[in-house]
Amino acid sequence: MDLLRFITAGSVDDGKSTLIGRLLYDSKSILIDQLEALEKQSRNKEDGEIDLALLTDGLRAEREQGITIDVAYKYFSTPKRKFIIADAPGHIQYTRNMITGASNANLIIILVDARHGVVEQTRRHSIIASLLNIPHVVVAINKMDLVDYSQDVFNNIVIDYAKVAKTLDLKDVSYLPISALKGDNIVDKTESLKWFDGDTLLELLEKVEVAKDINLTHARFPVQYVIRPQTEELHDYRGYAGKIISGIYKKGDEIIVLPSGLTSKIKSIEIGGREIEEASAPQSVVLQLEDDIDISRGDLIVQNINKPNVQQDLQVLLCWMDNKPLIAGNKYLLQINSRTVKSIVKEIEYKLDVNTLEKNYSTNSVGLNDIVKATIRTASALPFDSYKDLQVNGGAILIDETSNVTVGACMIQ
Amino acid sequence: MSNQQLYYLDQLESEAIHIMREVAGQFERPALLFSGGKDSITLVHLALKAFRPGKFPFPLVHIDTGHNFQEALDYRDQLANSIGEKLIVRKVEDTIKTKNLSEPKGKFASRNALQTFTLLDTIEEFKFDACIGGARRDEEKARAKERIFSVRDEFGQWDPKLQRPELWNTYNGKINKGENVRAFPISNWTELDIWNYIRRENIDLPSIYFSHKRDVIEHEGQLVAVSPFIKLDEADKIINKQVRYRTVGDMTCTAAVESTASNINDIIKEITATKTSERGETRIDDRVSEAAMEDRKKNGYF
Repeated sequence: MDLLRFITAGSVDDGKSTLIGRLLYDSKSILIDQLEALEKQSRNKEDGEIDLALLTDGLRAEREQGITIDVAYKYFSTPKRKFIIADAPGHIQYTRNMITGASNANLIIILVDARHGVVEQTRRHSIIASLLNIPHVVVAINKMDLVDYSQDVFNNIVIDYAKVAKTLDLKDVSYLPISALKGDNIVDKTESLKWFDGDTLLELLEKVEVAKDINLTHARFPVQYVIRPQTEELHDYRGYAGKIISGIYKKGDEIIVLPSGLTSKIKSIEIGGREIEEASAPQSVVLQLEDDIDISRGDLIVQNINKPNVQQDLQVLLCWMDNKPLIAGNKYLLQINSRTVKSIVKEIEYKLDVNTLEKNYSTNSVGLNDIVKATIRTASALPFDSYKDLQVNGGAILIDETSNVTVGACMIQ
Repeated sequence: MSNQQLYYLDQLESEAIHIMREVAGQFERPALLFSGGKDSITLVHLALKAFRPGKFPFPLVHIDTGHNFQEALDYRDQLANSIGEKLIVRKVEDTIKTKNLSEPKGKFASRNALQTFTLLDTIEEFKFDACIGGARRDEEKARAKERIFSVRDEFGQWDPKLQRPELWNTYNGKINKGENVRAFPISNWTELDIWNYIRRENIDLPSIYFSHKRDVIEHEGQLVAVSPFIKLDEADKIINKQVRYRTVGDMTCTAAVESTASNINDIIKEITATKTSERGETRIDDRVSEAAMEDRKKNGYF
């Protein structure tokens, strides 16, 4: 049994909450007391049917306003997989919250209303999926019950979306006709959609191969913490604690520490005090090296092949997440994995229209949820990879030093 | 085990260890909030994996309401002793005395809300800048929305509308003076994940998690242990039942479930088959309102 993290984004009325409710309900992940609470809340509704959407909105303000504001995480499992759902808002106003939910996702479900086809929101969500490099995309064409389960409607939307997918270079795209409300093709196949011979949504979620999305060729180990027991019997013990974010490390491997460039060999690899010969992403381990060299939190231990870039100037796609505008020339802290350095946003080249992908070269005001192409210079050399090639070492956040708030997300190019 | 297919418990474990090490790397004075319940016991086990052969970079902190199960307290002391780590205990009883707080009233007078006062005082006393807690997102709707690094203001309050974006596995622990961070390494674990992990790792638990005989009363369908902390009235019938606890909180706000499960395998079987959620079955305090947990968190509850 492995783990799949997926995100569903959507706003009011497009059936996102109903879809999640349906997945949980039909996979029997909702328990009696939760169902009772649901029935109590649904009582005001005219048709008396249980409102599955009420399962997901967790905050008082969300229930009152009937909207999703922030990401909620939901969990369910089948005998094949454990699933983590990031249930995110779809409205443009909450793009930063959607990006929070999308950043860790293996897969995104993009909901399309069968009556309306590919609309602005569909494009925006697809652009975000492409920016964040989400490896798998499922286009769920929902509310098929409202278009008489028409195969033509479905086919036309598939043709339309394929154009979007091509422009955005989305790799693994699957299409599904569903009705979240009626439960068609979510967990079970139904008579209404018998012309569709593909998998149901749950079957698809169970089958998607995610293990091969983990990079095992580019070894990256950011040091988080140095373990020094300083006891008599472990007087000289220095263990570098961290999580292997990509690649494989073996006992005896020659390594390079970045940005210093110092070299050594792996003396031992430990997990919970137990020595192992070899470890790989995404394991958390402790490395001991042959030589006593200067290494501290924020350093990156790599191998002599497939090395990252080490430089001070970064080209980034930057999603601005603060209410105060981004001003070129301002200084921020830049954090990538365990390393934090001072940085300056030097130049803003263009603003990306998240609905059309058009580049807008008038950049005098960059506000909340804007996505721009920018140049950042860091105070010291930074080891990094291109986000497209190696996501785990190509995403950085910007922190406002005066408010300490996370104000930007950078996808390094 | 093939490298390509890390078992999901290994992935959850690695994520939790990563989060704990981020706390250790980013903060000057962290603490691990320890209650003696299975979730915080799991945290201690994960901390051993994260930091051994070194010492923990934080003490264990227990906010003792005075209404705890004796079995959980004994377990707490014995665990701290056996791993040789520092344990700090602060008592709600003392806060009530020094601050002249009012004791809660009613049949199941719970000190759950008063705990927050003692927690905030303890944070101030030791200048803790981060507290690691064992909250899980599957427990409750408000928790499902909380970040892994959750920033609290100087009153310990959570503002759900002003949460920092939290991307990838990058945690921003920068705070202003007086603020602190609650860090939740097992956010993505479910109740069943915890039990499966306890079984796999062979983690020892307090005896009340396993089936035993206990005097209880039945109250609105829930079984509440007879103790000096609840008020019995004439209508209450004391019954001796075969029970176990699914969660361990205060004796006043945790209900027992009828069970003959005396080992982990039987417990996992029961939980897999159960039709009621963990909080719904065993927490008397969450039934008050739809937003009970959200309100408590806004007030500084962990």
